[in-house]
Amino acid sequence: MPGVRLSPSDRAMLDGGRGEAARLAMRIVTAMASATAAEHLIDVASAHVDGCLYHGQASLDFAERLVAGGARVAIPTTLNVGSVDLLHPDLYRGDRQSAANGRRLMELYASMGCRPTWTCAPYQLPERPSLGQHVAWAESNAVVFANSVLGARTDRYGDFIDICAAITGRAPAAGFHLDRNRAGQILFRLDGVSKSLLAEDVLFPVLGHLVGSEAGTLVPVIEGLPGSVTEDQLKALGAAAASSGAVALFHAVGVTPEARSLEAAFGGVEPRRVVEVTPSRLAEARDSLSTVAGDRIDAVSVGTPHFSVAEFARLTPLLERTAIASGVDFFVSTSRQVLAEVESRGWLRVYQRAGVKLVVDTCTYVTSILKPSHRVVMTNSAKWAYYAPANVGVEVVFGSLEECVRSAAEGKVRRDETLWRRG
Amino acid sequence: MTKRSGDAADGRTLVSGSARGPALRLEEPLSLWGGMDPTTGKVIDRRHPQAGEELAGRVVLMPSGRGSSSSSSVLAEAVRAGTAPAAVVLLEPDPIVALGAVVAAELYGRRVPVVVLDEAAYGAIRTGDEVVVEADDEKASVSVTGR
Repeated sequence: MPGVRLSPSDRAMLDGGRGEAARLAMRIVTAMASATAAEHLIDVASAHVDGCLYHGQASLDFAERLVAGGARVAIPTTLNVGSVDLLHPDLYRGDRQSAANGRRLMELYASMGCRPTWTCAPYQLPERPSLGQHVAWAESNAVVFANSVLGARTDRYGDFIDICAAITGRAPAAGFHLDRNRAGQILFRLDGVSKSLLAEDVLFPVLGHLVGSEAGTLVPVIEGLPGSVTEDQLKALGAAAASSGAVALFHAVGVTPEARSLEAAFGGVEPRRVVEVTPSRLAEARDSLSTVAGDRIDAVSVGTPHFSVAEFARLTPLLERTAIASGVDFFVSTSRQVLAEVESRGWLRVYQRAGVKLVVDTCTYVTSILKPSHRVVMTNSAKWAYYAPANVGVEVVFGSLEECVRSAAEGKVRRDETLWRRG
Repeated sequence: MTKRSGDAADGRTLVSGSARGPALRLEEPLSLWGGMDPTTGKVIDRRHPQAGEELAGRVVLMPSGRGSSSSSSVLAEAVRAGTAPAAVVLLEPDPIVALGAVVAAELYGRRVPVVVLDEAAYGAIRTGDEVVVEADDEKASVSVTGR
């Protein structure tokens, strides 16, 4: 590869010294290094692999090729969601062949030594990357969380390169691994947004949606968030910004680790643009997340990215007081690790009594779980609202977690407009 | 980085290869995952201004990639299924798109060149132009052969 400096062990892998799979993996890592103009490769401490979700025969062809070549991961590696809920396989409503392919793909990745975590929120697992640590994470919401909230360093890895980095333990020295690419470029200044809206969880996916659409590939800096902001709020913000835009890193002044001050967030350079985030812009962004008006609701889906223990702690008392209307299905997507915690806290009976379907290992918008009768689905996730219409062919209504529960209980969409109209 | 000589514009190669086809300029970035159906080769993101457009066999110009990291798989699957763009021309390098093309070449031996042009050269290509892309490890050339 012209331009990419390789270490002796990189070369040994390229020459097949660690087997056929490592040779293919290193060939792909070096091809990426030259595409990203990297001068050399770096060690990565962990990997999060997204390639275990079935996207067609190519997904399987690639994994089969690696396994046949004797692939083993060289670093701790977690797995993103697959196509099938392995704990509740009856939830799957698609064709048998796709299910079998999806399951086979999950087995192949697990057989390479990856941990069968099956979650898009690996940052909710006990071991997580530390400030400044280089990792190779895939899944856009995990990437933006690792970079922004943890201050770890990962580029926007995707399918294929993630497992190649895991097998080789190496990644191109490029993108968000480098100091020079981590400085803020565009400033979002919260302007006239009320304290009451700033305290609401629902602000964060909406703000993320707006930030992503305006920032595109630039690194956004957000000024004006309260110090009390939670990890789940930052998770929702990042996931939304990585859906409507290509945001892989954001800074929130006084909140995230590389943004102690506005100057620190921008690395001493002036922002290229300043966007005033006014109540009316937020109201517009919130409205644009719904694809239909009216009060019809067939299902609710929350937990994109996967619901955390703290989010279950908020939903549990809401559901305890509520009966869900007949004709409305309620789904919560989470990881099997969080589900085990929910069970150990004795909350599971609340969900069983309410008839809520807890989905693990996968997510309701990447596989066939919804029924054809679920035409209008309400969600509190901007990411779900962004992707579900094309992916699973539904109409979406966006609302807060409380609005989702209330609407499910009444069998009609119920949303609080005053919060947005007043600011 | 880019200079124009006659009809050909020089750019940077992300993935090498040769291709020709009619150009399609995407007005906004497209996440292939959730945005392209690899079984039909069409844009399926309903929020995209060019929803319904055919990508298969065309030289697709887009300003940058966007969104999900699963887009590499969608491109590789489209190459396998024969519904992929003939080439992808970008304004900003996008490793996720490049990766899909690199893996498809490894698995199926079919190359979809991915190149980056500067704004002037990118702006000179219109939807419907007949475009030839020649990209090797040193440089990429993109020329309009018919309009």
